Amino acid sequence: MDKITFEMKKLKQRSINKEDSVISISGLYKSFGDLEVLKGIDFKLFKGENVAVLGKSGTGKSVLIKIIVGLLKPDRGEVVVLGHHVDQLESKELNALRIRIGFSFQNSALYDSMNVYQNLAFPLTMNRKNLNKKEVDEAVEEVLEAVGLTDKLKQMPSDLSGGQRKRIGIARTLILKPEIMLYDEPTSGLDPITSAEIIELINEVQQKYNTSSVIITHDLTCAKNSSNRLAMLLEGKFLKVGTFDEVFDTNDEQVKAFFDYNFIQ
Amino acid sequence: MFNRMRNKYTFSKGVDEYFSGIHKAYLFTALFFREAFKKPFHLREVINQCFEVGLKSLALISLTGFIVGIVFTKQSRPSLEDFGATSWLPSLIGIAIIKALGPLVTALICAGKVGSSIGAELGSMRVTEQIDAMEVSAINPFKYLVVTRVIATTLTIPVLALYCSFVALYGSYLNVHAEETSSMISFYQSAFKTISFLDITTSVVKTLVYGFTIGIVGCYKGYHATQGTRGVGKAANQAVVLAMFLIFIEEVIIVQIANWIR
Repeated sequence: MDKITFEMKKLKQRSINKEDSVISISGLYKSFGDLEVLKGIDFKLFKGENVAVLGKSGTGKSVLIKIIVGLLKPDRGEVVVLGHHVDQLESKELNALRIRIGFSFQNSALYDSMNVYQNLAFPLTMNRKNLNKKEVDEAVEEVLEAVGLTDKLKQMPSDLSGGQRKRIGIARTLILKPEIMLYDEPTSGLDPITSAEIIELINEVQQKYNTSSVIITHDLTCAKNSSNRLAMLLEGKFLKVGTFDEVFDTNDEQVKAFFDYNFIQ
Repeated sequence: MFNRMRNKYTFSKGVDEYFSGIHKAYLFTALFFREAFKKPFHLREVINQCFEVGLKSLALISLTGFIVGIVFTKQSRPSLEDFGATSWLPSLIGIAIIKALGPLVTALICAGKVGSSIGAELGSMRVTEQIDAMEVSAINPFKYLVVTRVIATTLTIPVLALYCSFVALYGSYLNVHAEETSSMISFYQSAFKTISFLDITTSVVKTLVYGFTIGIVGCYKGYHATQGTRGVGKAANQAVVLAMFLIFIEEVIIVQIANWIR
């Protein structure tokens, strides 16, 4: 059994407490001008589970996680993260909540004027002023070890490959020890081998840091191998939410068409 | 009929965008004043940015100031000679450089060099989601990126303007010295003889305002950049054009106020 299948099995065997939701969304609407992107989303993420949100480009997958982390404001609806109504928080309270959420960007969004060490140390030093240099160094080393890139400490982001940038981006979010991880297209633009490595890393992060994750993707392999549940977002609504097999076996024509197209691809 | 309606719609949309742009810029400036006096102050970043602004422009300001001094002296000498008033040359140069040319030349160079660089840097950070990344890491990007840069330009540009004026006067002295033997001390003394405290104060106030304008315009344009790499270029370009335009308007207003006070 290869490592990724083993990790996947371990992930699926974890018992999920369905009473204990870390993200709870109900009746969420969001539009940009005349374009209605989210049209009444209801969603729950339970503690310790990974949910992959699948859907075509432009269906509002990234908008959804940007609303969860408070980067965008919803037009209507309720978004409760770790017991807090995100859209009702003051800026200080929102920042306190954001420390508990890790956000991995599609293009990694590494600060290109800083090297890897500075990229990782920056969120830590800005949020935990009482840490000394040694403690910061240790934290940086720990997360670099977690993503397997201890030798890249002094490199600039422009010197890293796409996969390495994704790993450093994930390491930067891990340094604040988040309870929830939000991944925006973690495997986009990567070759199959690097994609598999990132999927493996997502599973390892969940095991090691005991996080709950939302993984935004249109990559079926990523969705299948990194999540306990799948949520199909099409035309602004979740058409089907369930395990991979439940979603795959659905009779919904749009969901079927999405799967068929991906398999042909 | 359809064309007329479309033109009317485009015109009203343009007017609407223009006024909402002014309102957005006002809010951005107000936010700067609200955040600038709140902790944390990011002093290390302010110092870094001061070095960035100073070092980036120093060579160009030295060269331009020196050339301005020489050219202005060369241009003024024949006119003064016609009236037999060449002894007034240092005073004339002093007034022109300290009161007008030094601050203005520095501001225009910095608008081009520093303003565009701030616009492009923040613009590229915006379109590559680096600003969002700061926000989700519970770091206030406005405070860390905008406030520090605006304070840096506001503090550094007066120093650069002062330096530019001295270099221009030195260029002028070399030109005067080539024509007639005179000591540098007596040249500088003559140049400053007609300069009052109000003139120096006006120059310093002017450069503080220019510095603030360059910083806030560069940050505003970069911070609100859209449309990917095209947007970054647009932000850098607009940062320069708008800052230069505002600098000329401010020059007129400040000179007018100084004249009223006098």
